[in-house]
Amino acid sequence: MRRHYSIKDPLAESRVFLSRTVAIFFFILLLSLGLIVRLVYLQVVGHEHYATMAKSNRIKIIPQPPTRGIIYDRHGRVLAENLPSYSLELIPEQIKDLEGTLKKLQQLLDIPDEKIAQFLKQKHRSKRFASIPLLLRMSDDKVAKFAVVRPFYPGVDVHARLIRHYPYKELTSHVVGYVGRINEKELKKLPVSEYRGTHHIGKIGIEKNYESQLHGQTGYSEIETNAQGRSVKTVSTDDPVPGENLHLTLDVDLQKTAYDALEGANGAIVAIEVKTGDVLVFASRPGFDPNPFVYGISSKAYKALQGSDARPLFNRALRGQYPPGSTIKPFIGLAGLEYQVTDFYHKLFCPGYYQLPKVRHKYRDWKKWGHGPVDLNIAITQSCDVYFYDLARTLGIDRLHDFLQKFGFGEKTGIDLVGEKAGLLPSKAWKRRVKNQPWYPGETLIAGIGQGFMQVTPTQLARATATLANRGKVVTPHLVNKGFQSVDSQIKLDGKNIDDVISAMINVIHGKRGTARTLKKDINYQIAGKTGTAQVFGVKQEEKYNEDEIDFKLRDHALFMAFAPANDPQIAVAVIVENGGHGGSVAAPMAGKIMKQFLMKPEKEEVADAKRNQE
Amino acid sequence: MQKETRSEQFHSPSVIGFLLRKLHIDIPLFIGIVLACALSFLILYSAGGQETALLIRQATRIGVAFILMIILAHINPRQFYRHSAVLYGFGVMLLIAVLIFGMIGKGAQRWLDFGFFRFQPSEMIKITTPMMIAWFLASDTLPPRPKQLFYATLLIAVPTVLIAKQPDLGTSLLVASSGAAVIFFAGLSWRFMAAITVVLAGFTPVLWHFMRDYQKARVLTFLNPEADPMGKGYHIIQSKIAIGSGGVHGKGWLGSTQSNLDFLPESSTDFIFAVFAEEFGLSGCLGLLILYLLIISRCLYIAVQAQDTYSRLLAGSLTFTFFVYVFVNIGMVIGILPVVGVPLPLISYGGTSMVTLLAGFGILMSIHTHRKLLPT
Repeated sequence: MRRHYSIKDPLAESRVFLSRTVAIFFFILLLSLGLIVRLVYLQVVGHEHYATMAKSNRIKIIPQPPTRGIIYDRHGRVLAENLPSYSLELIPEQIKDLEGTLKKLQQLLDIPDEKIAQFLKQKHRSKRFASIPLLLRMSDDKVAKFAVVRPFYPGVDVHARLIRHYPYKELTSHVVGYVGRINEKELKKLPVSEYRGTHHIGKIGIEKNYESQLHGQTGYSEIETNAQGRSVKTVSTDDPVPGENLHLTLDVDLQKTAYDALEGANGAIVAIEVKTGDVLVFASRPGFDPNPFVYGISSKAYKALQGSDARPLFNRALRGQYPPGSTIKPFIGLAGLEYQVTDFYHKLFCPGYYQLPKVRHKYRDWKKWGHGPVDLNIAITQSCDVYFYDLARTLGIDRLHDFLQKFGFGEKTGIDLVGEKAGLLPSKAWKRRVKNQPWYPGETLIAGIGQGFMQVTPTQLARATATLANRGKVVTPHLVNKGFQSVDSQIKLDGKNIDDVISAMINVIHGKRGTARTLKKDINYQIAGKTGTAQVFGVKQEEKYNEDEIDFKLRDHALFMAFAPANDPQIAVAVIVENGGHGGSVAAPMAGKIMKQFLMKPEKEEVADAKRNQE
Repeated sequence: MQKETRSEQFHSPSVIGFLLRKLHIDIPLFIGIVLACALSFLILYSAGGQETALLIRQATRIGVAFILMIILAHINPRQFYRHSAVLYGFGVMLLIAVLIFGMIGKGAQRWLDFGFFRFQPSEMIKITTPMMIAWFLASDTLPPRPKQLFYATLLIAVPTVLIAKQPDLGTSLLVASSGAAVIFFAGLSWRFMAAITVVLAGFTPVLWHFMRDYQKARVLTFLNPEADPMGKGYHIIQSKIAIGSGGVHGKGWLGSTQSNLDFLPESSTDFIFAVFAEEFGLSGCLGLLILYLLIISRCLYIAVQAQDTYSRLLAGSLTFTFFVYVFVNIGMVIGILPVVGVPLPLISYGGTSMVTLLAGFGILMSIHTHRKLLPT
């Protein structure tokens, strides 16, 4: 149509242009409106969402691990502390010539190639601005050496970190335990937020048992970071709460005496403050140095510990289960009195052996020729086996079991250490259940002298001794007073019976023919105790047990339990020396030393102690 | 209105008015441009990490661009009309040269390096293409006949394809739209436009087939940025976070965490709008859009006031291209358009686009200040 016009029509063109301009203008307005709608959607409707995203983009939460609580003994001596350890760390980003720097450092500080390789491996996995350790636990000498040249090494620095240290090493290793790197299994169980930034956790001992108190509360700082993750500034901080310091009931001096007394032997000594249940001594020898465990013990060193015949990693005081031997006799004697199957003065003739009716087998006394006429006092003092064979037979295994159970045998004591063993207190029901066998009368006899199936832990024996000293009040042994829920109970006992048994136990030490009479020297108090010699293997009929001829591992365990002063009991001690031989000659002197040190401390210390208690 | 303006311009007794007239500067447009440039400095200071060196470089470029704008404003539009074809031809030749050098080199080639300065022919062609189309259409009667339309389309297609081959999708889009705008202003029938729209929609799959992988990736990313948040979608997600977190009132000047902490890439160039939106919020964005619309309104007014068809078409096209800049850039930053390399006009850091834009405004000022006084 219009193409036929050949003459330009400026007015019409101008009109068309105007209408087109108006159209374009509205088109532009429409598109602008579209932009505005989208902006409103983003900035008003979606604001909260995007603001949160922006914040999570830039805010990183950095955990501030708390300082672990310090562990003290009852006199305030440090058993576990946090020592600054120096490590040489490099920030690759700040080092121009990393290879050259590493070479120079290697020469200067005598770093083994293996550490360099380790560093490079870790560097590969880390961000460029992260500080990567090259040397851990630097000696002061090396720290000083590096300090001199530090200005020439930008990006290389010595950092102080706190690492757990146990100054008493093997002496307290089985009590305090140690911390180690958190492993994957533990990580799954831990509350994640509370363990951010914490690398170590209590593995055994007090360190494990009181982990929650010792650990403290993790703090956090909110750090603003840029897109590369580098921190720009701290937005806010929530300071960590350091872990609680723990004061143990343990007395390191006594512990040392006990540990030293056990020198050359494998065994355990547990001493309890009778009235409170405070554990004064908890020694298991051999111990081990827990310090290498903190930063990862080498597998070679660990294998050496594990493979050792002496089993230093084995906590004998807590987990060692031994036949109690004659140390069980005062309890059985008491059972006889309580069940009124005998009285204190009832006499029995000991010919050196005991026979069940219609059975040819002879149950022998340790004294081949016999004790002659024996009452309970003599039976305990001289440890007559025949008397207790008879008493046990009269009581029967179930009554024996029920009575001994009250003293905590066959059950965990509830001490505040994990991994405790329960020992074994046999009964007819137990044998039926576990072995699916009937109970034989002979087994009752040997139970009467603490042999056979019966097994106790040193902790159990110490607790039972304390219960006896407490005239039936059962306390729970514990290493920490604060926050420990002690379950105390009272066994109903006839006071007269207790007096009688204790008097017999006093005679073990103070009587003319007592099996532990060596202990009465140089003391101004009375001790009540009982020796024990537990057979590891059975001696055949008519065969003589010869110490020198048999293998060391099969030699008898030496045991001793005692409390003192007998009239006002303060301390109860249980000693077990594996393959030690005779309780009276080996185990009893150890307990004697501890009681002496505890009860006859020099004036000065007593004053200091009183002062401390007042505080 | 026309009368009033004229009387204002020619009877103003003030010395400043006289000088400005001598300089051939259009005051409202000039104020708008200066305001936008001032805003640019403000945001660049924040987006560029508060680096004054960056501002100085930008100021230098703006200075050069202003000088070019004033020079162009002095040139009579008739000169542009006369030299349209030559300039267009020269531009296309340079584009071919770039492609050849690009083949010798490798990858994207947009520059011609003359040693002392580098020149981007695609920038020049943004102006010379609408000039060429306006000249071609204005030399005959309007509205354009199909034959004219065919040639015009061909004239647009040549530089568009050449630039798309560089490959620079954003610029080729701008060149195509600037040419198309001329045809639209010339009075292309609505029915024809509808038909073309349908045909183009049909050609989309074909276009897809010819797109390079990274271009396809951009489009896919645009359709679903969350599919690859740390990779290709990262850009657009961070940009949306920046804008959205700004809210109504913004985080305040220098308060952009997204840009200051380097979460947002290209924060001082193509994605500067995100920084602006984060710091000044919705209110700031509306303000900026209004400023753009005021500049556009003034330009459209100049176009309507133009006294000959060539000037009108060129002015209209340059104005529309300016808006396309704004719309494509903001649209991509707020996530409604795919990411193509188009800067936010007058605000983004970068010299070439600034020079081209101000050159366009110079031409508009020339058109407005060289009008002949018609006898009343």
